[in-house]
Amino acid sequence: MGEARAISKSMTVGEAGTATVFAALAFLSIIVAAKAHTPAYAFHAYLFAAASVGAVFLVLNRYMSRPAALPPREIDGKPNYNLGPVKFAAIAAVVWGIAGFGVGLLAALQLAFPALNFDLSWLSFGRIRPLHTSAVIFAFGGNVLIGTSFYVVQRTCRARLAGELAPWFVVLGYNFFIVIAGTGYLLGITQSKEYAEPEWYADLWLTVVWVAYFLVFLGTVMRRKEPHIYVANWFYLGFILTIAVLHLGNNPAVPVSLFSPKSYIVWAGVQDAMVQWWYGHNAVGFFLTAGFLAIMYYFIPKRAERPVYSYRLSIVHFWALIFIYIWAGPHHLHYTALPDWAQTLGMTFSVMLWMPSWGGMINGLMTLSGAWDKLRTDPVLRMMVVSVAFYGMSTFEGPLMSVKAVNSLSHYTDWTIGHVHSGALGWVAFVSFGALYCLFSWVWNRPLYSVRLVSWHFWISTIGIVLYITAMWVAGILQGLMWRAYTSLGFLEYSFIETVEAMRPFYLIRALGGALFLAGALIMAWNLWRTVVARRVETPFAAGDVRLAAAE
Amino acid sequence: MAGESNRDVDAITGRTTTGHEWDGIRELNTPLPRWWLWMFYATIIWSIGYWIVYPAWPLVTTNTKGLFGWNTRSAIVEDLDALRAQRAPYTSRIAAASPEEIISDPQLLSFARAMGRPAFVENCAPCHGAGGGGAKGYPNLNDDDWLWGGTLADLELTIRHGIRSGDEKGRQGAMPAFGRDGILQRAEIAAAADFVRSLAGLPVAPEANLALGKKVFADNCAACHGDDGKGKREIGAPNLTDAIWLYGSDRQTIIEGIWNGRGGVMPAWERRLDDTTIKALTVYVHTLGGGEK
Repeated sequence: MGEARAISKSMTVGEAGTATVFAALAFLSIIVAAKAHTPAYAFHAYLFAAASVGAVFLVLNRYMSRPAALPPREIDGKPNYNLGPVKFAAIAAVVWGIAGFGVGLLAALQLAFPALNFDLSWLSFGRIRPLHTSAVIFAFGGNVLIGTSFYVVQRTCRARLAGELAPWFVVLGYNFFIVIAGTGYLLGITQSKEYAEPEWYADLWLTVVWVAYFLVFLGTVMRRKEPHIYVANWFYLGFILTIAVLHLGNNPAVPVSLFSPKSYIVWAGVQDAMVQWWYGHNAVGFFLTAGFLAIMYYFIPKRAERPVYSYRLSIVHFWALIFIYIWAGPHHLHYTALPDWAQTLGMTFSVMLWMPSWGGMINGLMTLSGAWDKLRTDPVLRMMVVSVAFYGMSTFEGPLMSVKAVNSLSHYTDWTIGHVHSGALGWVAFVSFGALYCLFSWVWNRPLYSVRLVSWHFWISTIGIVLYITAMWVAGILQGLMWRAYTSLGFLEYSFIETVEAMRPFYLIRALGGALFLAGALIMAWNLWRTVVARRVETPFAAGDVRLAAAE
Repeated sequence: MAGESNRDVDAITGRTTTGHEWDGIRELNTPLPRWWLWMFYATIIWSIGYWIVYPAWPLVTTNTKGLFGWNTRSAIVEDLDALRAQRAPYTSRIAAASPEEIISDPQLLSFARAMGRPAFVENCAPCHGAGGGGAKGYPNLNDDDWLWGGTLADLELTIRHGIRSGDEKGRQGAMPAFGRDGILQRAEIAAAADFVRSLAGLPVAPEANLALGKKVFADNCAACHGDDGKGKREIGAPNLTDAIWLYGSDRQTIIEGIWNGRGGVMPAWERRLDDTTIKALTVYVHTLGGGEK
């Protein structure tokens, strides 16, 4: 290995194997495309074929252009970090984020102005809505998680990412899954399971990508130069492993044919509903909570330059969260055909989840002790701290809404949408924005283009979130009260259409909030873009200018 | 194991750290916040209590039933029974009374209207509008212009059996597609449309052939709409001389109607609603504004 003489160049098993497998996949895809039952499926098969051919080309090209020796794990005793996949995922997150927020705004506007579907099936609400949710959760959130996890695991383990092609396979493969899922929604391909809409072939592809992700992450942790595993990595591992289990548990399906996109889920009836919400709620718990807590545990102490508040709390709330979250799913099925005992367990475990969730909030906020003054001067840190506050708020609201008496009012109303968005916009997106600002400046190794623009982003988006969630709270509670209102003679007071009519002003406010949130994200994209490309820095990351920004 | 010497003290909080450091991040040895721990215990104890009171844990073939045997299914039955009991004194009187008796008793009338409104907004509003104002092709129920009659008996028959609904007892009557089926020529239809507009006092172009229109009308339309165009309720033929138009009064719409014929459908509600509800609906629609004696 370490000899001084030049070693002869040869393909690694990984390179040869990957190229061969992709060549075979390209061949299979073309056959499937030729015999596909529907044009939409043929389109997907051609996408697979094109991506496979592209993968073969990339692998061979990389082999031709690389030196004989693979990149060393360490240079002069310092880890040789692999940051290419991190950069790709960070950029992809910004691009998908803008797309996802934009589609969300369109969906919000369609609810206020139904004509905005332009009578096109691709733009109908039923297709736009899953496109929005998947784009923001899986495309935006997923790329943030993959990008930050690949960065954090290397830095906190002092080890280069395991594998050379594997991290690229994870990042590119995951984004290819997103392309398949997103175009599938627009073309009307769906298995109609919320947050798990992609059909069987996309699910299979994601399984392969996700196993590779797990192995890369675990392999890197096992190579670590630190005696202990940092708390952020526990959360990342918990997230990766549980999402794999959830994905496999929720999606077993029998395809009608290799040549058809349609499949039938093996679960039936209320059992299907239960499995679906076991999956759905834990997608929230492990994708949007555990994964983003990992981000919080690295980026907040790093940015604040303060030690994590309590090691003990991090252990206890980690295990309590992992153990309890997995039981909470049935609260999505209160007052349905689901047996009462399952509803009870879902509700009580949701209530017990309150404090384990807040453990993360306490550790996030209290880490700031001794550094609170930085909130005035550093809008990136402010964004992340506000995200933790939103996290605390929505993890209180969640258990509250899971209580059956509250749920009987809130269920099926826009209150749920408000709750989801206080978590999604306030917590997930804000902590992601904070991490992205850090990541772009740390990975590209240059100061942010403009701290003042971060402040603008923070305020515009915060106002957007507040408009959004307050509108949905009022709308949801109003809706719930109208649905259950009886006249003194014992008849329903309102027809359904009257409750819809009453929602309209709030739908307009919600759309305005969404537009502000999108505007903030566009400001961020511009700022990050200029950070990456600009040679000359307009606003140096220096105390004087930062104060100026804070004084606005 | 990290030695005590590694355990630096954080200057700001005065706490020791755990002695580890990852990429510059250290962790403090802060104990669990007491309030946090006690709240966590409290939620666990509350949950255990809830499990004892309510159905909670699955067993092999059944599940724990809770102290009082509460379950969702019996709770909903109780709710519905309570609602029925609340309505019962009036619903039984509505069931026993004729529509005429109901509208002559103010107390019964207000109850029937209270009962009819939710039935109307749930079942009728999709076509007739929440206020009964109608839409193109769906008659306005607030006025006194009735296609099939506006007495209580007429309304009840229409609601019960529908219009062109396939129900034998339903309202029948069809306007032929004079153009599509080749009964009339294009010019004849245009002339008839102009004549119909002139019947209603609407302006017609000077070049309109009203003489031809009058002849076409007399030969083809008068049988149903009457010589004077005032319509016939027995077959649902609308009055063409007033200002109320189901599909619109512009020339093109009238030509379309003559060319393709008209024949909107209303379902027979007898199969979907119970007798008391139909009676309440009859009274409700009758009292919207245009009910006839």
